[in-house]
Amino acid sequence: MTIIPFDKKYIDEKRAKAMPMIQAKNLWKKYGDNVVLERMNVSVKAGEFITMVGTSGCGKSTFLKMLLGMESPTSGELLLDGKSIRSEPDQSRGIVFQQYSVFPHLTVLENVIIAREFEHSPILGKLFGSKKRKVVDEAKALLESVGLTHAINRYPHELSGGMKQRLAIAQALIRQPRILLLDEPFGALDPGIRADMHQLILELWREHQLTVFMVTHDLSEGFYLGTRLWVFDKLRRDNQAPGAYGANITYDLPVTRRKSEVPYELQTIAQESQDF
Amino acid sequence: MRGSDDHTIKKMPMKRLINLTPSKPLKLLLGILPFALLLVVYLIASDARLAENANDKLLPSFAQMGDAIGNLAFEPSKRSGEYLFWQDTLSSLYRLTLGIFIAAILGFTIGILTGAIPTIYSPIAPLLTIISLVPPMALLPVLFIVFGLGELSKVALIVIGVAPFIARDIQRCTQEIPLEQLVKAQTLGASTWQILVRVLIPQLLPRLINAVRLSLGAGWLFLIAAEAIASTDGLGYRIFLVRRYMSMDVILPYVAWITLLAFLVDWLLVKLSTTCFPWHYQATTK
Repeated sequence: MTIIPFDKKYIDEKRAKAMPMIQAKNLWKKYGDNVVLERMNVSVKAGEFITMVGTSGCGKSTFLKMLLGMESPTSGELLLDGKSIRSEPDQSRGIVFQQYSVFPHLTVLENVIIAREFEHSPILGKLFGSKKRKVVDEAKALLESVGLTHAINRYPHELSGGMKQRLAIAQALIRQPRILLLDEPFGALDPGIRADMHQLILELWREHQLTVFMVTHDLSEGFYLGTRLWVFDKLRRDNQAPGAYGANITYDLPVTRRKSEVPYELQTIAQESQDF
Repeated sequence: MRGSDDHTIKKMPMKRLINLTPSKPLKLLLGILPFALLLVVYLIASDARLAENANDKLLPSFAQMGDAIGNLAFEPSKRSGEYLFWQDTLSSLYRLTLGIFIAAILGFTIGILTGAIPTIYSPIAPLLTIISLVPPMALLPVLFIVFGLGELSKVALIVIGVAPFIARDIQRCTQEIPLEQLVKAQTLGASTWQILVRVLIPQLLPRLINAVRLSLGAGWLFLIAAEAIASTDGLGYRIFLVRRYMSMDVILPYVAWITLLAFLVDWLLVKLSTTCFPWHYQATTK
């Protein structure tokens, strides 16, 4: 007979792996009479890369905002590690917006170290001397990994669109969030630069063991980057009252990165989102 | 080349007026021209009047103005022993600077707090809107009654006249800062205080300088009005005092001096802003 030792850490880890990180239970979001999302039930494990597509106004950005804590559910639950998600943004969830993500009055380096300064200097929000040198070194390493070493003393208005988004990503990662939220981060970039950014985000996703939620208009981008692709759409429609029914996840597809072609049943949606 | 082409080139019409830009030297010349014209018109008119009546006071010659100001600036007053011109300038600048400074601090604080924090906005913003509609000049008697006729009431008039404007301007600028930045700061772990100190205040300081520049005109107005009514020195006091003797030879140079001071203060503020906040200018002119 073998005796299995009671190892609390082992059991906790096993439990954590089994438990979904994010869970939506019968989630609804309404603005007045306008139902945006309805009856959403979904769970996400740590380490997944979720890409969200759909026509505009279909609630994918609203869902991202709820994950971020900018919006709270009208009814139902949105859980992080089994607990209700905090209804205001905090350092557990990093965000990169399409624009206005970086602080225009700070240089590239200052934009990144400000996160550590918030952490260690509650009154002044600024670090000096040896403490500052430590965070500067950390920030420089991070900026190197996103390819901005040559630009650390420039202001954001001196950067190109792609460089600004690299900075926004580095900034979002310095406090080591578990969840990274991306709201059409590459929507305004040229195709060539977008491909570079795809490589970068995949590298960072693996290296930092992130759980990523990304809203995109580009279906092929969604298929290429994600491990799981969600299509948001309305299941019920009332043409006399467009706001009466909300959207839900109509397709929840596991994606392997090798197959990047669009499945047959999604081609009409692909067309729609490209028309947009 | 075809003949018809030749024809069109010869008859090429002049560009539209909106597409014509003067060259740099021409621009400078055009800029100086109105000043020169005004000066010449004044000289001719003044000469004509003085030729008819050497004691005419309405349009004094430049020599007369120079004498009058020379007396005020470089000879001590017989009554008080002060150099009146410089005494007036110092007093006025002191009142204006103090008033604008207090108004800027007050307006900036109120503006940023109401703009950034909804629970402060709700009780303060409607009050602020109403206060900014009260004509400050109408309050001047109240100020004289409450604060007396001394320095305090003049400075208070400037503060009351200018602070609500600055507060509302800064409030609007605060609300115009993209929400994305505030959310981003929170995801980096910032508290409300840290967001104020590191994100909002640094971005709003150039806006404050801008608001101060815009409100300086009103500041001068309130200063001169207050000095005209109750004062014993100051630029506004002097021009209203010598009006009784129709001393245009003092009034005109004083007005020119006030204009020059206003210009210099404005220029200094622009310099201060561009040297301290280069990112603001490069980002906005782009």
